[in-house]
Amino acid sequence: MYKLLLSWRYLRTRYIALASIVSVTLGVATLIIVNAVMEGFTAEANKRLNGILSDIVFESHSLNGFPDPDAHKARIREILGDRLAGMTATVSVPAMLSIPVGRDQYLTRQVSLIGVDEATYAEVGDFGQYLLHPDNRGRLSFALRDAGYAPERPDFPPSGWRYRRARIMYERAYEEQVRLERQARGTGPAPGVVDAPTAAASPLTGEAVAADPYAAAVAADPHAAAAAEAPAFDPLSQHATGVILGIAVCSQRMKDERGQVRDYFFCRPGDDVKITLPTAGSPPTAVNELLTVVDLYESKMSEYDSSLAFMPLAALQNLRGMFDAERNVRYVTSIQIKLRPGTDLNAARDLLQSHFPIREYPYRIQTWRDMQGPLLAAVQLETTILNILLFLIIAVAGFGILATFYMIVVEKTRDVGILKSLGAPSRGVMSIFLGYGFSLGLVGSGVGLALGLLFVRYINEIAAALERLTGRPIFDPTIYYFREIPTIVDVATVTWVMAGAVGIAVLASVLPARRAARLHPVEALRYE
Amino acid sequence: MNKSLAAAQRPVVVYPAGGAVPRASAGGRTVTRVDHATESEHLVARRLHKSYRKARITIPVLRGVDLTIRRGQFTAVVGQSGSGKSTLLHVLATLDAPDQGEVHFEGRRIDNLAPLQRDRIRNRGLGMIFQFYHLLPELTTLENVLVPVMIGAGLWRYWRNKPSYLQRARTLLEMVGLSHRMHHRPRELSGGEMQRAAIARSLIAAPQLLLADEPTGNLDRHNGAEILRILRILNREEKLTIVMVTHDLAIAEQADCIVQLVEGQVQAA
Repeated sequence: MYKLLLSWRYLRTRYIALASIVSVTLGVATLIIVNAVMEGFTAEANKRLNGILSDIVFESHSLNGFPDPDAHKARIREILGDRLAGMTATVSVPAMLSIPVGRDQYLTRQVSLIGVDEATYAEVGDFGQYLLHPDNRGRLSFALRDAGYAPERPDFPPSGWRYRRARIMYERAYEEQVRLERQARGTGPAPGVVDAPTAAASPLTGEAVAADPYAAAVAADPHAAAAAEAPAFDPLSQHATGVILGIAVCSQRMKDERGQVRDYFFCRPGDDVKITLPTAGSPPTAVNELLTVVDLYESKMSEYDSSLAFMPLAALQNLRGMFDAERNVRYVTSIQIKLRPGTDLNAARDLLQSHFPIREYPYRIQTWRDMQGPLLAAVQLETTILNILLFLIIAVAGFGILATFYMIVVEKTRDVGILKSLGAPSRGVMSIFLGYGFSLGLVGSGVGLALGLLFVRYINEIAAALERLTGRPIFDPTIYYFREIPTIVDVATVTWVMAGAVGIAVLASVLPARRAARLHPVEALRYE
Repeated sequence: MNKSLAAAQRPVVVYPAGGAVPRASAGGRTVTRVDHATESEHLVARRLHKSYRKARITIPVLRGVDLTIRRGQFTAVVGQSGSGKSTLLHVLATLDAPDQGEVHFEGRRIDNLAPLQRDRIRNRGLGMIFQFYHLLPELTTLENVLVPVMIGAGLWRYWRNKPSYLQRARTLLEMVGLSHRMHHRPRELSGGEMQRAAIARSLIAAPQLLLADEPTGNLDRHNGAEILRILRILNREEKLTIVMVTHDLAIAEQADCIVQLVEGQVQAA
């Protein structure tokens, strides 16, 4: 009892010792903040990676793919049995995307074009929930919607059919205006003749700008005459094969003059883009195709948002010639597999590998963690190194506690003598100082915990305030593609941090406590 | 005072069994030199030797001290500074170990006991008071008085019996006239009050023997007399055996017997 009482009293009356644990407090707070942010990033990244990559990817080494995906799917279903939750075949191919950004000018982006099956792709991941149009989130579709894209983003520009029609009408009116002006100067082409390059990008010809361009277009389509000769693509009522682009493929994130983060879109749903990609076969040849952007995809993973484009599987297979007409067999490059929650991914992967040995089947079978191994390992390594460094800070704080404790033991030498003269055993005296160290560690890490949790709770507000104060970006959403800093407070991590800090404080008090316990009572009583 | 003292001590003090307690006569002075043990012997020292080494020089402090303290006896140990009075008291209290010789407490040799057993004797068998009071500055007067039972009882037993311990501590503080100072810290007390609190603390564990190291050495005449009066009452009415070290012969006069130490040896007066 006297040990508790004296530990408590020393804690309350020796404020110098409290100063020594400020570093413990700061160390604990920093560890909690760093771990919460790293956990937040990791969890968010895992969620998005897994959402895109499905659990297991069964893929061909060749861009030509492998034939008869249905037979493969049946075999996989047989092998995995109840563990299987969903499956879909895809074609993935590198491609060059050209986005018109002005007359005869294109923004060129290298993308990974993925052909997906609208009916089954949603089974293997959370792809749908990252699309901008709410209707597409529930059911994937490559048809252009009328409007209503990104309702949660007020700054998102008008998109969809309405935008497409208005844009085309405007472009036609503009072209007509230019033609009339050229004609007036005697340098332009005859009415109805279209500039070749413009036609390739956007087959626009027409009449003068009407007061209501949409009504005018419906009333008298200038393409009507041409359509009568050969059925032509009418951008006012048709769109090309749909394509869903990663949001960063077709936009650039920047800060406006007020410092607000804004996305500038080079194209949006309703615009047409050109794609150039290799065909299947050896050697491959390049093919071009006009596609219409029908939605954008924002996973907030920069790597994916800036490199992926999705189009219907069958259209991509047709474009690349990935079918055998004689055998009526199509080719795919991969099969995405989703497993039931709780299934051991590595075990399922190994099982598949054992049934598809690499000598017989040139397939690569990987879990999503295998595919993102370097990224996940880098995050893990960063977290570990930060934890070690910050624990070293707490360890340094431990030496501060040790020095302060030695001073306190010297100051309390006579008290030790008194206690021993009253019959307190040496281990009881030692316990007082160990208890004191424990209490200090507990208070230090308790305050650190409170500070850390408060910081994590208001981390975005604090980052904003620091940005205002320093004029430098603390967290730049243009780099991370997170609008806010993601945080997760893991109870187990917090518990370990607290236990570690208290442990260091107790360890730091062992030597002074031993010294106190070994004091000779008579010498201690005579100490002045 | 006597009434409250009696009330405080009734549950605390174990009365010595049988035997007449020698009292101070009118002359009041006896030099005691004991070579054999009897039933009434409470504390016996035999051929105690103790020396300290300082800068490679051995300084003998006790040089064959023989001493017998009888039950209920109030003994004063007198001597000049450096005569070994305090060292003798520390050896008797097991705070220090003799180089040679033996210490017997209630018929049992205690100088060679294991440290934990010696701690237990200091905690329950004998009480100590010091010239500089030695109260713990972080604790209140009441808590200071309770420290020996906190040490002896352990956490659970202390919590279980806390009301009775508190009652006893309050009664003892009332006995020494400090009932109004229970929640004051030592720095808020006068020297006399601190020494009275120390006396209350020394009695909380119901010891049969009280060792007092110059209890009035740091007090003025009035407070010194008051402390002495309390000790005298404890000795006379509660039959508490007291060994008091003092260099003041006038104070020693009030004891039943006086032991004079000269250069580490008991000398006949």
